[in-house]
Amino acid sequence: MDTAAGVQACLPIRSDMDLVWVRQHVRQAAGRLGFGLVDQTKLVTAASELARNTLVHGGGGQMEAAHVVSGRVHGLRLTFRDEGPGIADLERALSDGYTSGDGLGMGLGGTRRLVHEFAIDSAPGVGTTVIVTSWASRPPHPREVN
Amino acid sequence: MTAGFSRPAAGHVPVLRLGDVLLVTLQGDLYDSMAEQLLQDLGEAIAGNRATGVVINVSGVEIVDSFLGRILAEIAAKARLLAAETVMAGMRPAVAITMVELGLTLPGLRTALTTEDALRLLGETDPVLRPGGTRPGSP
Repeated sequence: MDTAAGVQACLPIRSDMDLVWVRQHVRQAAGRLGFGLVDQTKLVTAASELARNTLVHGGGGQMEAAHVVSGRVHGLRLTFRDEGPGIADLERALSDGYTSGDGLGMGLGGTRRLVHEFAIDSAPGVGTTVIVTSWASRPPHPREVN
Repeated sequence: MTAGFSRPAAGHVPVLRLGDVLLVTLQGDLYDSMAEQLLQDLGEAIAGNRATGVVINVSGVEIVDSFLGRILAEIAAKARLLAAETVMAGMRPAVAITMVELGLTLPGLRTALTTEDALRLLGETDPVLRPGGTRPGSP
């Protein structure tokens, strides 16, 4: 079964138009991997938050989507990478309620709650990489035959 | 690669007038710039039409992230300053669950399950009884 097709991708994040493509890709990929509606909505929302961080704070970058498998469970791993100014105090940036001032204060702490696995690597002057993974509770849909 | 993707709605979000109420239907995936444009358009439409209520139907919205949440909260705040009440109608359950987990509860925004309920809610709102207003006949 070829579920990797339509899941694997590397999308640029350079404008608010790219945010729309990122959301649509994540929605389609999650649907293909068998994510339920709520898990799908959570992952797309998390991707939207992270892509906007990449755009606004990182000065643009990219998102890579990958199909991951653990035993019989399928998952979607999203890697957001920018070469922006980086985050000096990661612990503070991840604390709930921390905001850089232009959102509603959800920040990374809120986004972390929407995914199953969350990893961040950032260094001032080097950039920021955020990797999130969520797992589908159901097996992927059989490949569509049209 | 883009084959099969539904195109994001182009242009701007239309604002319909229904008596004293402005009706906005958000559909599909919005560009940030469209949401910001809506915030501006609605302010002008409220003042220009002397509207007393705004109903935002979000039943076609698949996600609300913190950006769109901020826009919705700002619409309500702006409408309030222009003497109009805002009700958000038709949020999908999956969106509501996600927003709560994200920490985005929009406490200042009134909600209804359908546009019809939202209009009824606005019809019941006597401008004089609004918070900050004075009740006639009460001490």
